[in-house]
Amino acid sequence: MPEPVIATQNLIKRYQDFVAVDGISFEVAPGESFGLLGPNGAGKSTTMRMIGAVSTRTSGDLNVLGLDPNRYGPEIRSQLGVVPQENNLDMELKVRENLLVYGRYFGLPRARVARRADELLEFAQLADKASAKVDDLSGGMKRRLTIARALINDPRLLLLDEPTTGLDPQARHILWDRLFRLKEQGTTLLLTTHYMDEAEQLCDRLVVVDKGRIMAEGSPADLIRRYSSREVLEVRFGSTQNAAVADRIQGFGERVDVLPDRILVYSDSGENELEQMTAAGLRPITSLVRRSSLEDVFLRLTGRNLIE
Amino acid sequence: MSAGDAGSVRDADGAGDGIRSQTLAAAVAAAARTRRYGSWYVAEHRFRVMRSYAQTVLFTAVGSPLIYLYAMGVGLASLVDGNLGGNAVNGVSYLVFLAPALLSSSAIAVASEEFTYPIMLGFKWNPTFFGMNASSIQPGQIVNGILISVAARMLLTCAIFYVFMLVFGAVPGALGFIAVPVALLTGLAFGALVMAYTATLKDDTGQLAMLQRFVVLPMTLFSGTFFPLDLLPPYLQWIGWISPLWHGTELSRVFAYGRPEPIWLSVVHVLYLTALLAIGWFWARRLTLRRLNK
Repeated sequence: MPEPVIATQNLIKRYQDFVAVDGISFEVAPGESFGLLGPNGAGKSTTMRMIGAVSTRTSGDLNVLGLDPNRYGPEIRSQLGVVPQENNLDMELKVRENLLVYGRYFGLPRARVARRADELLEFAQLADKASAKVDDLSGGMKRRLTIARALINDPRLLLLDEPTTGLDPQARHILWDRLFRLKEQGTTLLLTTHYMDEAEQLCDRLVVVDKGRIMAEGSPADLIRRYSSREVLEVRFGSTQNAAVADRIQGFGERVDVLPDRILVYSDSGENELEQMTAAGLRPITSLVRRSSLEDVFLRLTGRNLIE
Repeated sequence: MSAGDAGSVRDADGAGDGIRSQTLAAAVAAAARTRRYGSWYVAEHRFRVMRSYAQTVLFTAVGSPLIYLYAMGVGLASLVDGNLGGNAVNGVSYLVFLAPALLSSSAIAVASEEFTYPIMLGFKWNPTFFGMNASSIQPGQIVNGILISVAARMLLTCAIFYVFMLVFGAVPGALGFIAVPVALLTGLAFGALVMAYTATLKDDTGQLAMLQRFVVLPMTLFSGTFFPLDLLPPYLQWIGWISPLWHGTELSRVFAYGRPEPIWLSVVHVLYLTALLAIGWFWARRLTLRRLNK
């Protein structure tokens, strides 16, 4: 087995009054696309910063590209690409200048950085914006520019902290396409997200994180199989009726989750459950049969929704 | 000031097998240039940004000596010299007395501009420092790079100022040009402290404006700038003694027109300014490291 690109063992980050990361262990293999899925405040970004060698861990073992960040920070960072959650593009510089300046931070020769900047503007579909002001770019374009910037040093590992948060659906799809290409080219990706669809699209494997701990680990399909069912039937009886109906629904499917406004029935066939429900004289106002998703996994594991 | 940061990496962490040491060697090679020249790359960034306000930089550098030397060194001086004679202060004309102080003040002006809002910007408003820190650059190198770039702008400003001093006939001393590096040291000594202070600010809720009003302005007025310090009542003279501007101005007057001063006092000026610079620099590096390593 090749040496993992990232290996963490009981990783802990403690601030004065709270523990942000509470004993996380996982490994990421070369070429793998690995996700940290969890709600806001789960400790995803803190984990990301420790792996990015910009935040010193409180305890535990951490190995990035075979090196310990405590000792080899610049060495690790020289081989990373980082797309932070908070945009930190330089607003005082033009689009292409942002790439040129950033390439220089890695000590790359000017001519090489210039060549690479043009390739990356092409890749990020920003070639016609090369001399635009950063401020004039849309949210999606800014994020693509940040990804282009993260690739200026041909990194072995790309860290993406909530890459599509705050973007509209179309911009997200464009971004996913770009990231999928990187994945095809063999770049190792580590991304945090609180979007299930994003994790399902991009991650080979992921960990579900909550309150600084890992709740489960596996491929998206694997996690859905283990913690959910093939399909989910969502029914609504109206908020006043919901609790009253709940008792009569227990026993349907493999499992039932009663939420304040809707009831989820986990089953291999949502249609079957709906038929039986109707046969039993229950008339939901709305019903929806859908594929089970990581959202269901998270709900099952924590009893809470991912986005609250 | 050393531009490089943290010593180079030598040993291989006791790694035995070939693959690990190969990985390490490649990583060390990839980061070697930044370990050595990272401060200069940060300075390069600052120069690129300064280019976007190059006009302001040049306009202030040329405009302020013209305005100040004319208004005070000529206009105000005609009153002073008219009342006290052509050897009004320290045995020289008011223009000659005043010019070195204006030169040092122009360095202070650059410092209080470049070490305040751009620092706030990099940490908070447009957090480019976090972006730099995510690359191979280290926090201390960010501080170094800013010092280098501001020193360059300050040197340019002071050199232009000095040329105008010559044009106005304000420098009788042969060693007058030494006033330029003295002004640079003065500006950086004050500026490094200001940079460190700004690095402590989570938000600017008026602190930077207060700094201008209640530190920079009084310092400019009461540092033996427009009149000798000993004209102040004794209980206010301490303002001058702690003021980097007073130390810098007094020293540059020694070179500009041979103001008599015991040699030990000149040494004290240099030591005091160097110490401020060292403290500010050290403090700014520490705070930056702490703020970026979250």
